[in-house]
Order: sequence, then C-alpha cells, then structure tokens
Amino acid sequence: MSVDLTSLTASEARRRLDLREFSAEELVQEHLERIDELEPRVHAFITVMHQVARQQAREADKRIARGEGTVLTGIPVALKDILCTTDAPTTAASRMLEGYRSVYDATVVKRLREQGAIFVGKTNTDEFAMGSSTENSAFFTTRNPWDLNRVPGGSSGGSSAAVAAGEAMLSLGSDTGGSIRQPGGFCGVIGMKPTYGRVSRFGLIAFASSLDQIGPFARTVRDAAMMLEAISGVDSNDSTSVDLPVPAYSSLLDRAAGDLRGVKVGVAREYQIDGVAPGVQHAVDAAVEDLKRLGAEIIDVSLPHTKYALATYYIVAPAEASANLARFDGVKYGLSLEADTLLESYMRTRGEGFGPEVKRRIMLGTYALSSGYYDAYYVKAQKVRTLIKRDFDEAFEKVDVIVTPTSPTVAFAVGERTTDPIQMYLSDIFTIPANMAGIPGIAVPCGFSDGMPVSLQFMGRAFDEMGILRVAHVYEQATTWHSENPAFVSSESMETA
Amino acid sequence: MKLSPEEVDHVAMLARLGLGPDERERMREQLSSILEHISLLDEIDTEAIPPTAQVITLENVMRADEVRPSLTLEEVLRNAPRAEDQMFKVNAVLEEA
Repeated sequence: MSVDLTSLTASEARRRLDLREFSAEELVQEHLERIDELEPRVHAFITVMHQVARQQAREADKRIARGEGTVLTGIPVALKDILCTTDAPTTAASRMLEGYRSVYDATVVKRLREQGAIFVGKTNTDEFAMGSSTENSAFFTTRNPWDLNRVPGGSSGGSSAAVAAGEAMLSLGSDTGGSIRQPGGFCGVIGMKPTYGRVSRFGLIAFASSLDQIGPFARTVRDAAMMLEAISGVDSNDSTSVDLPVPAYSSLLDRAAGDLRGVKVGVAREYQIDGVAPGVQHAVDAAVEDLKRLGAEIIDVSLPHTKYALATYYIVAPAEASANLARFDGVKYGLSLEADTLLESYMRTRGEGFGPEVKRRIMLGTYALSSGYYDAYYVKAQKVRTLIKRDFDEAFEKVDVIVTPTSPTVAFAVGERTTDPIQMYLSDIFTIPANMAGIPGIAVPCGFSDGMPVSLQFMGRAFDEMGILRVAHVYEQATTWHSENPAFVSSESMETA
Repeated sequence: MKLSPEEVDHVAMLARLGLGPDERERMREQLSSILEHISLLDEIDTEAIPPTAQVITLENVMRADEVRPSLTLEEVLRNAPRAEDQMFKVNAVLEEA
C-alpha cells in the first residue's frame, strides 16, 4: 500500500472507499494496528474495540459494494467513554461504572451506526467529564501526541489525542465548559461544540444538563462538518433537542466562497487579558491579520461580563452535576459497597466510587443549592448567566462571528496544575462563555508556540454552525497549520479534500 | 469565607458522600478557595435581572401519552448489584416497631 491510510482525512477516505481504492476492512485494520503501536505511549483509549470494528468494517464494505455508502460509511471513529454503547463497557472514566454495560445506545451512537461508521474504541476522559487534562480519569492520564510529557487537555482528551495521533479519523467528545474545544486546541485538531439543542444528549452520561453538548473532533473543518451532519437533529428521547432542519454542512462548505468578503468578525477586548501567553497572543493576532487579508471586516466588540463567566460556571455546573450524579447510589448499577444500613451504603459507595474532583464538584454544587445559600449562589449565578448571554446577543447584532484564543496557554505539563483546582479551571476561561450562552464554538489550529499547537476559537450565533464552519474552513484552507503532524506521527503531509 | 468543619460535614451528608478525615480538611480548604473566587459575583448588581435556567426557547415539550416499548425487566436489572424477584434489592429502610 503506497500511502499510510491513517494520514488521510475522512473526506478523502470516503471518496476513495467509494472508488474501491481500498476497503473499509483495510482502512480499519491500519487504524487498529496504529492504535496497538501507539497506545503504550499515548493512552487515548479506555477500551479498544478490535472485534466490533472488524465486524462493522465488513458490513460497511458490503454496503459500499451495494452503492449505499453515506457520509461516514467505513470511517474509523472513536467515542468518548461517556457515551453509552451496548457493545463495549461505558465507564465515564470512573470506578463507579467500571464494568457497566449500557442496555441502550446513545442517540449519537445509534446515528453513527446507521451511517455505517466504524467504532475503534472508547476514549479516556476526566472522570464524568470533570476536568481539563484527563488527569482526573480514575484509570490513567492520556498524553499529548505533540509532547508526551504534556496533557492533551480535557475532559475529552482521549478523543482529541486519538485524532491527532491518527488512531481514529474522527471522534466524538462532550463539551460542558470547553471539554471539546480546549483539548482540540491542545492537540492541534478541530474541536467543535454545537449549539445547545443541536445534538441529542440522550445516552450521554449527564454532567451539567443545561450546558452539555456532544460534538466532533477532526483533522479538518470539512471532516468535522461531516460528523456534525451525521449526529445533529431532533430526537424524541431528548426534549431539549431542537426541531430545526440540519444543513448539509460538508457539501455547503464545498460550495462556499474561498474568501471572507462581507463577513464581520468580532474581536472582544475582554479576551485580551494578562493571563494569555505571549506565544498564544502572537499567533492569534497573526490569525486575525490573515482573516483581514481574506476579506473579513474586523470589528471591536465588547463582552463586558466575560470575567464573571468562570465563577458563574463553577456554581451552575456543579449544582447541576450534584443533582445528576445523585443517581449513582449503588442500587441500580455500578459500584455498590455494602454496609449495615442503606445510608451507610450510599456514603461508602459514593465516597469510594467517586474521585477527588468529582467529589469536590458534588460538594460545591450541593452547597450552592442548600437551604440558606440557594439565592446567594445558584440564583445569583443564573442571573449573571442572563447578563453573559445578553452580551453575546448584543455583539451578534454587529458581527457574524467572534474570534478569540481557544485557551490562554498551550498544553501544560502533566502534573503542573493538579494541586490547585483554580489554576486548572483557568484553562477554560475562553470556552466557558459559549456554554453559558448556548452558542456554537469551534477550535481551529492557528500556529505553534514552544513547539505546541495554538488554537483559535470562532463563536457564532445560536444554530448558525454553518457560519463558524465556513469562516474556520476558509481560514484553514488559506493556512497550513492543520497539515502539521506530531513528530512521531507519519511524516507524510496530511491530504486535504 | 472559610467553611467550618461542621459545614463540610453537613454538605457531605446532604450529598451522601463519605469523606475521610484528611479528605474532609482538604475539601474545606479547596471549597473555601473556590468560594472566594466565586465571591467576585457579589460586585454585580443583579437585582433587576431575571435568572436564566436554560438558553433555548423551547417550553413544555410534550409527547402523546401512549403505551410504547421500553426496556425489558431483564435489561433494567442487568446491571443491578443486587436483585431479587424482579426488584432491586436494598437494605431495610424502615425499622421494625
């Protein structure tokens, strides 16, 4: 075989699968071999699904032979291990769910199956998606393919590392405060959080129900668009999914203009803060110049409540989490430690089953919702959330998209931030506001600093995923950052569709 | 503001979380420092601002009240740590009189 199949984009692989240049079985086999080769160093997967993947690949080949291939047929995909699957364990990277086998598929998983996508495995995450580095996984820490001493970001760090390392062509993560975009940025791949309500959350183990959203990782914007197309749309099992038509994002991108003339791009002064590393700021400034050269009109906007978003998030998200995680009681499924009384059994099971960060957030959320503090914390945070959302509503009257750094720094070293929760939380300051407002955001590679990828975030109006995909795609096609690969990954340049 | 050990115990009980002595003290320090960061919100006047609980405009999404297939009993109990006679088994909650 002439070309390393793991270096192809999903778009290119789809085209060549249909031309029978290679089979889904060959494509999947190469990915599984690469996983077996790299996993001892990257640790992106909690479960590798060799058998399932090979079986699905044979089915996909039959489907392609019948001429019935669709957007993701035969494409190797990795799933964050917080999405319920019937044919592999679902752990949420927690001792609490070790060995748990879901009796149903998440809606996104079902939709990928219907497309004939191939599941290569379930990826590592911070426990119950709470964290920014995968260091809160109960099992192990995933390593950044660009530098194995650094974190891949989180919580969806396994899914971002898998795509960056060529272990999967596409993957799914979940984003509550940046858990797709931040690791996407840290690993130099595309990470996208759709609008709240765009993608069904059914079968996503809930963290904060008013913020959680499932979205794609990919090596190109077009590939991310393919995945988004496959998973979006209303679902009767999630009453917060919205019944709006799902655009054919990937083919719309193919027809989009090659420049940004007529596009108004907002730059918010509140995102230019001291905490941004100089190398990050430099790359982002250069990217804004590129956008201008591509014809975009750059407009200063103000989002005055940005500095309150982190504090607001750390009330709203833990409050919702404390309610959602009440279900882990050792009675219905998962870990169960016996004791003399039911109360003691709850205390033991939850005390030993949850890791430190999850306990911290349950405590914080319970405190914020408890009698006497509810108004001062929870209601207060919900009111500030209104102000944050209004900031965006006003800004989007003037601009089509807002551009910011995805994170204030590049990926940090393993162990660097584990002792101070606030330091860890600060890596999400630029991604949290989009969750608070429910709007879509996409992280796109825009340069390097210290040899590590720097990432640009585009945020857009609610349900205007097409708007940010288009700007991100035009920017990507005009730059070469996305075609760089980690040193130990194939030296062949990534082919773009 | 610093939480008292009693407050930590009270919240841990509400959350049904068993904490060891070291864990309790660490939790007290870390929660206190997070609450201190959160106190930043006190500087905003939110008197006239309505709260936002969710950001989409959907309200009261209903479905028809019809019998439809759901999980089988076997599926429901498949992951149960303890089950008996098609029920989840737990310790006695009510004491004998």
